[in-house]
Parts: sequence; C-alpha cells; structure tokens
Amino acid sequence: MTTFDKVVELLVDAKDCEKDSIKLESTWADLSLDSLDTVELVMNLEDEFGIQLEMNESLKTVGDVVRAIDEGLEQK
Amino acid sequence: MSFTIMGTGSGKPSLCKTNEDLVKIMDTNDEWIKTRTGISERYVCGEESVTDLACAAAEDAMNDAGISVKDLDLILCATISGDYITPSMACLVQERIGATCPSFDINAACSGFLYALDVAAGYYERKRVKNVLVIGAEQMSKLADWTERSTSIIFADGAGAVVLGEGEDFLSSQIASKGNHKVLYAENVKGNCPFTQQAPDNFNNYLSMDGQEVFKFASVSMARDLKRVMKEANLMGKDIAYVLPHQANRRIIDFAISKIPEIPSERFLVNIDKRGNTSAASIPILLDEYNKLGTFKDGDILLMSAFGAGLTTAACAIRWREK
Repeated sequence: MTTFDKVVELLVDAKDCEKDSIKLESTWADLSLDSLDTVELVMNLEDEFGIQLEMNESLKTVGDVVRAIDEGLEQK
Repeated sequence: MSFTIMGTGSGKPSLCKTNEDLVKIMDTNDEWIKTRTGISERYVCGEESVTDLACAAAEDAMNDAGISVKDLDLILCATISGDYITPSMACLVQERIGATCPSFDINAACSGFLYALDVAAGYYERKRVKNVLVIGAEQMSKLADWTERSTSIIFADGAGAVVLGEGEDFLSSQIASKGNHKVLYAENVKGNCPFTQQAPDNFNNYLSMDGQEVFKFASVSMARDLKRVMKEANLMGKDIAYVLPHQANRRIIDFAISKIPEIPSERFLVNIDKRGNTSAASIPILLDEYNKLGTFKDGDILLMSAFGAGLTTAACAIRWREK
C-alpha cells in the first residue's frame, strides 16, 4: 500500500470523503475539510506512520501531506 | 489520606447569548461556530461580577455539602480572570462569605481547577484541613477580543465549586506543564512607569490563541492523561462511570474519545453546547450540573481531564460518594 493509498483510506474512514474525489492535487477545501479536520488528519497520520509532521501552511494538498510523510519516513 | 467531594455548586451569569446574537455583531454564522466548536449558546456577565458568580457557587456548594462558613479550613480559587489583579479572588470570596481561613488563587489557566484539587490533596495528606472550598470561576468574556471571532465565539463566563471533606476518594492525579507561551496567552497590564520601556502602540491584553496548535496539544494530552490516571489507580475502561473533560471544544473531546476506545463515548459528559468554554470553571460547572440531575451513584468512578495555557494539563480519578 502506498502512502497515498493510506492517506486516502484515512480520509475515507475518518472524514467520510468520497474515495474517487481524492487526488494528489486535492486541496482541503476541495474535500470540504476545515482547519481542525486537517489537524486531526495529520495527528492520525503521525500515529499511523510513527513520525512527526510539522503543521504549517505548506501542507495545502493531499500531495503535500504524502510528500511530508515520505520525507519523514526517510529520516526515520 | 486524600479527600471526598461533599458537595457541588455553581454560579451562572445572567445573560445567555446564542450564536445568532453573535452573528449580529461579527462576521460569523451559527453553522460555522457549531461545526468548529460544538457551541450553540454561552453565558456572559451582565451587571454581575465574576466574584459574584464565585460567591454564588461557594454558597451553593456549602449548602449541598451541609456545612457552614465557619467549618472551612482553606479556600482555593482557580482563575485567570478575577476582578482584581490583587487581592486574589479567593480572598474576595473569603471576605464576602465571612470565612476566616487561609485563601489563595491558583493560576494554571483552564487546568486550574484540577491543579487546585491536587494542591488540596497535599493539605489533606499533611492533615492540615478538614473542609476545603475549591472554586473555578472565570469571566473569559473580558479577555476575548470581541472585534474578531477567533476567541470571542468560544470563551464564556461562569463559576463552579466543590466542598471537600476527609476521605479516601481522590484515587489518582496527574499534573504536567510544558512551558510554551506563544500558542495561548494574554499579557498583563503594562503600567505607566516612566523608566520602563513602553509597550508597543498595538499592545492589547486580549487572549491570543493558535487554534490548530492548541487543538493538537489538547487532543493528544487528554487521551494520554486519562490513560495515565487510569493506570495509576488501577482502573480499566469498564470501571469508569463518567469522564468530565474540560469543555474547550467539542471536536477536542470527540478526538480524545476516538483515541480511548476502552471508554464508551456516551460516558463522556458534555455541556459545551450550552455553556461555551469557561476555562477553569468548566469542570466544576459540569460536575455540579450532573450532580444536581442525580446522575452520579455511590461508588461511581469519575475521571476529569483538562488542558490550558502554560501549557498545562491535568487529570484525576475520583470516587463519588452518596451523601
């Protein structure tokens, strides 16, 4: 399972997002997520992957989060 | 020896303001506030002061406990928004209700009430007290900046109190601090000393909050602290009758619930929809509300958990005793 697949799974399970609507370029607004939803998502991903992610303005899309996770995993 | 809770009380402000009332004075809407905070309405002070609320909560708790003012050995007040910088709110209450015991305040922001219970436990351990009045009282509406929505939609006013007596029902307690003033703070007055460097022109002492950072800290610490106090008191999820979480944001409570599957979600008590975030007053207000409804039975194990500026966090496990 790729990092993207895992992020999609969490978005579908925890936030009731439509699986087919989630693309790498999807923004949080595209997926109807507010700022607290994104914090929850990041926290769940940290638990899932055992890494720490910096919450900041650079995480704008699903792809940004996937990249941040992959970088975190490389440094592990 | 620790203590037992003998009685609870609360003091409610006179004004109830709904989300629709806020829509009239700022750029927001009912749906926006509800989905981000879980709040529908909150109480704020009108003509009454926060000391009035604290005294009302104190009298109510002493009535519930069946004790009089002369029986009090200590008054602890958790607050960050008293009417005076000095004297302490505890001394203001002592003066008003006619008590003579030592009285002082504790500042641990929203965690203050649980810090105060932890301090009280030390006095019982040293056998210095029989009856302690612990109050959480806040007028957060005066710290929020009402020209914008980030804090004014969340924070509210109120007071709650407990009277403690000798017993063995404070089963475990955890307090922790992680100094970080940038994510949640309100600066003190700057004064007019001519020798001191002046405050910047844009200085204000309103509450400032980084919502996302606080949310992250709060959700993680609530789940962690609840597990810690359960472990310390040798409690399993099935042993927990009710959890009384600090009413900061419905979403924080929901996230913590998702991280502690061993405690069923319906055991988490919530009143933030009607009361907003009353900081150090939120847990004693919630406790009093459900006590007066007759929710708690003899022997029930209650968990409490709070977090706030500092940053501070606290949690405890208490066995409820029927009077």
